[in-house]
Amino acid sequence: MRRVAVAGGLAGVCMLVLSGCSDDQNTLAPHSSAARSITTLWWVMFIGSTIVVMVVTLLVVLAVLKRRGRLDRVESRGESPGARNVVLISGALVPAVVLTALFIYVLTTVPATAEPKPKDAKMEIDVTGKQWFWAVRYPAQRIKTANEIHIPVGVPVRIRAHTDDVIHSFWVPELNRKIDMIPGYDNSVLLEADRAGVYRGQCAEFCGLQHANMAFYVVAQPRAAFNRWVAREQRPADTTAAGAKVFTQVGCGGCHTISGLSNGTIGPDLTHVGGRMTLAAGTIPNAKGWLGGWILDPQHIKPGNKMPALPVSGSQLQQLLSYLESLK
Amino acid sequence: MSTAVGREELHRLESIWAEKPGLRTFLTTVDHKKIGTRYLVTSFAFFVAAGLEALSMRTQLAVPDAGAIGPKAYDELFSMHGTTMIFLFVTPMLNGFGNYMVPLQIGARDMAFPRMNALSYWIYLASGIFLYSSFLLGSAPNDGWFNYTPLAEKAFTPGLNIDFYNLGLLFLTVSSTVGATNFLVTIFKLRAPGMSLNRIPLFCWAMAAQSFSLIFALPALSVANIFLELERRFDFHFFDRAHGGDALLWQHLFWIFGHPDVYIIFLPAVGIVSTVVPVFARRSMIAHDWLALATMATAFIGFGVWVHHMFATGLSNVTYAFYSAASMVIVIPSGVQIFGWLATVLKGRPVIRSPFLYILGFIVTFVIGGVTGVMFAAIPFDQQITDSYFVVAHFHYVLFGGAVFPIFAGIHYWFPKITGRMLDERLATWSFWLFFVGFNLTFFPMHILGLLGEPRRVYTYHPGFGWGLWNLLSTIGSFTLAVGILGTVVNVIWSRSSGAAAGDDPWGANTLEWATSSPPPEYNFPSIPVVHSVDPNWDVDDRRDDARRLEHAELTLSGGHETIGTDWLDADIEEIHEGPSESPWPLLLALTLSWFFVAFLAGHWVLAGIGVGLIAVAVGGWHLKEPGE
Repeated sequence: MRRVAVAGGLAGVCMLVLSGCSDDQNTLAPHSSAARSITTLWWVMFIGSTIVVMVVTLLVVLAVLKRRGRLDRVESRGESPGARNVVLISGALVPAVVLTALFIYVLTTVPATAEPKPKDAKMEIDVTGKQWFWAVRYPAQRIKTANEIHIPVGVPVRIRAHTDDVIHSFWVPELNRKIDMIPGYDNSVLLEADRAGVYRGQCAEFCGLQHANMAFYVVAQPRAAFNRWVAREQRPADTTAAGAKVFTQVGCGGCHTISGLSNGTIGPDLTHVGGRMTLAAGTIPNAKGWLGGWILDPQHIKPGNKMPALPVSGSQLQQLLSYLESLK
Repeated sequence: MSTAVGREELHRLESIWAEKPGLRTFLTTVDHKKIGTRYLVTSFAFFVAAGLEALSMRTQLAVPDAGAIGPKAYDELFSMHGTTMIFLFVTPMLNGFGNYMVPLQIGARDMAFPRMNALSYWIYLASGIFLYSSFLLGSAPNDGWFNYTPLAEKAFTPGLNIDFYNLGLLFLTVSSTVGATNFLVTIFKLRAPGMSLNRIPLFCWAMAAQSFSLIFALPALSVANIFLELERRFDFHFFDRAHGGDALLWQHLFWIFGHPDVYIIFLPAVGIVSTVVPVFARRSMIAHDWLALATMATAFIGFGVWVHHMFATGLSNVTYAFYSAASMVIVIPSGVQIFGWLATVLKGRPVIRSPFLYILGFIVTFVIGGVTGVMFAAIPFDQQITDSYFVVAHFHYVLFGGAVFPIFAGIHYWFPKITGRMLDERLATWSFWLFFVGFNLTFFPMHILGLLGEPRRVYTYHPGFGWGLWNLLSTIGSFTLAVGILGTVVNVIWSRSSGAAAGDDPWGANTLEWATSSPPPEYNFPSIPVVHSVDPNWDVDDRRDDARRLEHAELTLSGGHETIGTDWLDADIEEIHEGPSESPWPLLLALTLSWFFVAFLAGHWVLAGIGVGLIAVAVGGWHLKEPGE
C-alpha cells in the first residue's frame, strides 16, 4: 500500500507543478504552434505512461499482497500455458499496437517542428554560438548584436544556427525544439512567437567551462516596436565620447566591436550594448554596478571566459561605464 | 554416508585445486571465484568514488548560484562520474557476478580461459587506476563521458584530460573484450551435461547477450578513441572540419558503441532479476524461453537505435523516422520480460526477503525509465527535451533503477553463496527503503527540472526559473540514497564475519550455484552435475545422483584442473577440458600494458617502444608453458 501512496503522491505532485508553473524556459508553457505541438505530444505520452506505470505498480502491489510461500517449498514447476499467453499479449502484442499508434502520431507531429526551408520564413537571422555567448546577425537589416534576438510577433523567422568553435545547441523551449550548432553544418530552426514577450534560451549542448552561463533572450515585439528597435540598432555608435577613447586605449577593441570604433570578434559586439537586458550572455543584469564589477574582474563572475581584467583607473572606469551605458 | 572412494576423490580434488594462501597465490590465482570477488570489491570501490562525485555535484546544485565547486572541478566530476559508473562500476560489477556465478550456474569448475580471466581483471584494475590518477595531475577527463569533438580536441581541451580518457578507455577495452570472449566460450562450451540451450539459466543468457554486444560494440569506441588520440597527438584530422573532418563522425562512432552499451549494462542486470524472481516466487519462470529470446533480441536491436541520441543534430527526418521506429520496437522485448516476471510472481507464492525487495523496486523504477525512454523515441519531444535534466532523470531510472537495483538484489542474494553467511535482514530492509525513497527523491524531480528547461551539465543556475526547490529536493534525496547504500556497506562488512550461518542453500534456489557448499570449494562441484530441467537444483533426485556419482568416482575428473566440455546445442559430453593452474603471466602482461599506456600518455615514445617489447615478452612467456603441462 505504501508503494501506491508513494507513486500516487509523486504523480499528483507532478501534475500540480507542471500545470501550475510558468517560467522563462518552461517547455510546458508554449508560445508558438511548434512548441504547442510538442507540449500536446508530451501530455498524450504522459497520460499513456501514467497508465502503464500505474498498472505495473498495481500488479507489484498485488504480488506483495499474495499469500506467502515458504523458502523450503517449491509451489509449482514448469510452464503455465495461460500465464504464458498473458505474457505474450500484455508484453508484446499490446505494446506493439500502442507503439504503432504512437509512431504514426509522432510522424504527424514532425513537420510542425522540422527545420524550415528559406521559403517557409519571412525573415532570417544568423546566430553563431561561441564560447560562451551568441553572436547575432540580421543579414537583410545589416544589424549585428549579441545575446539578444528581437523578432516581430507572428512572423516566421528562420534562425540559421552556426558555431565558431565547439558544438552548441540553440534552444528557446517556449518557442520551439532545439537545434545543434555543428561546425560545417547549416542547421536551422523556426521561431514564430504568437504573442509579445521575452523568452529565455540557453545553450543545451555541453560546450566547456561556461556552458552554464550561455543564455540569451528572444524578445518578440509587435511589428512597430520591432521596426523601432531595428532602426535604433542600425544607427552608428557615438565614437567621440571620452569613454570611447578609454575603450580604445585600454584595449577593449581588440576583442569587441563597436561599429565605427573597433572590430574585434572574440567577444560580443557592443555597438548597442546599453540597450540589452543582461551582460555576459545572461550571466548578470545590465546595470552600472554589475558592469563595473564585470570589467574589473570578469573571471570572478564567469570563470574561464576569455575576457581578461584590464588595468583601468577609477576615472577611466567611470568614463567607460557612462559610455557603454549610453550605447542604446 | 560417504564411502572411502568418495572421500579419496574429494581428497584428490582438494590437493589438485587448493591454492596455498599467501602473496604469491594472491598475484597468480586464476580461480574464477577469487577473480569474481575481486571484480565485485574493486568495482564497488569505484561505485563509492562515483557516488562521492555525485554528492559533490548535488551539493553544488542544491541552491542557485552556489559557490561550493567551480566549473573546472564540476566538469571533471560529472565526466568522471559518468565514466566511472558506466565503465568502472556497473559493467565490471556485473562481470564480477558473472565471473563468480556463471561457471557455478552451468556446473563448470572454472571459466574456459582462466588465465585470460585473471588478465581481464588486472587490466581492469590497472586502467581504473590509470583513469583516476588523472585527478592527481589535476587533469581528469572533463568533456563528459560522451566526450564530443571538437570540444575534446586539443584546440579546446589542451591538457592531458582527454588523453587520459582515450587511453584509459582503450586500455579498459582490452579487458572487456577478453572477458566477453571468455564468457561466450564458457557459456556455450562448458555447460553441465544435459544443460541444453533451452535450459541455460537466464543470467547466463544475459551474460552471453552482453558479451556478444561488447564484442561488436567496443570496436566502434576504440576506433573513436584511436582517431581522437591520433588527432590530438599527431595532427590527424578525423573530426576537424577545417581540414575536411567531421565532428558528427565522433557522435556516430560513440553512439554505435554507446547505445548497445546501455544494454551491455542493463542485460546482465535483468539476468539477475530473472535469477531472483523464480526463487522468491517459489515457482519456475513463466515463458523462460521467451525471456531468453527477449534478452538476445534486445542485444541485437540495440545496435539499430543509436541515432536517437542525435535527433537534434540536423540529420534528415527520414533518418530520424527509422531510428524512432527502431527505438520503439526495442520496447517489446522489455515488455515481454516485465510481464514474464510479473506473471511468475503472481502465479507463484512470493516470499518477501531483501533481494526480492530490490527486485520489486527495480520493476517499478525501471517501468518509469522505460516509459520515458519511449518518449525519447518521439522525435519532436526528444528534440525539445534532449540535453535537459529530463534525460538525466530518464537514464538514471533506466541505469540506476534498471541496473543498480538488480546489482543490490544480487549482493543480497549471493552474499550467502560467497561468504557462507547471511546479511542482517532488518538492516537490509531499512537500507532498501532509504535506497528506494532516496533514489526516487533524487531523480524524480529531475523530470520536472527538465520540463522546466534546465539543461544538463550546468555547474550552476540562476534563481527565478522554478528550479531551486526541485534541485534542493534532489540533493536531499541523494544524501538519503547515500545513507541507504552506506547501510548496505555496513551490513556487508559486519555480516561477513558476524552474520548468521547461511547453510548451502538458504533460499531454496533453483540454479546450480546452490547445489554446492557455500562458499564453494575451489573445484566447485565434487562431481559434475547432470541436468534434466531448467530448474536443476529443484530436481532433488538429480542432485542425489550427483552425490552418488561421487561415491563411484564418476564425473569427478580428478586427473587435473579438469571440467567437462560439451556440445553447444544439447550439452552432450564432448571432451574433458583441461585448465591451467596459477600463473604470473596475466599480471605481468597487464603490467607491461600499463607501462605502454603510461609511456604513451607521457608522450615518451622510446619508453612506449620498450613497452611494446615488454608486452611481446609477456605474451611469449604466457605461451611458454601450455595449460596442464
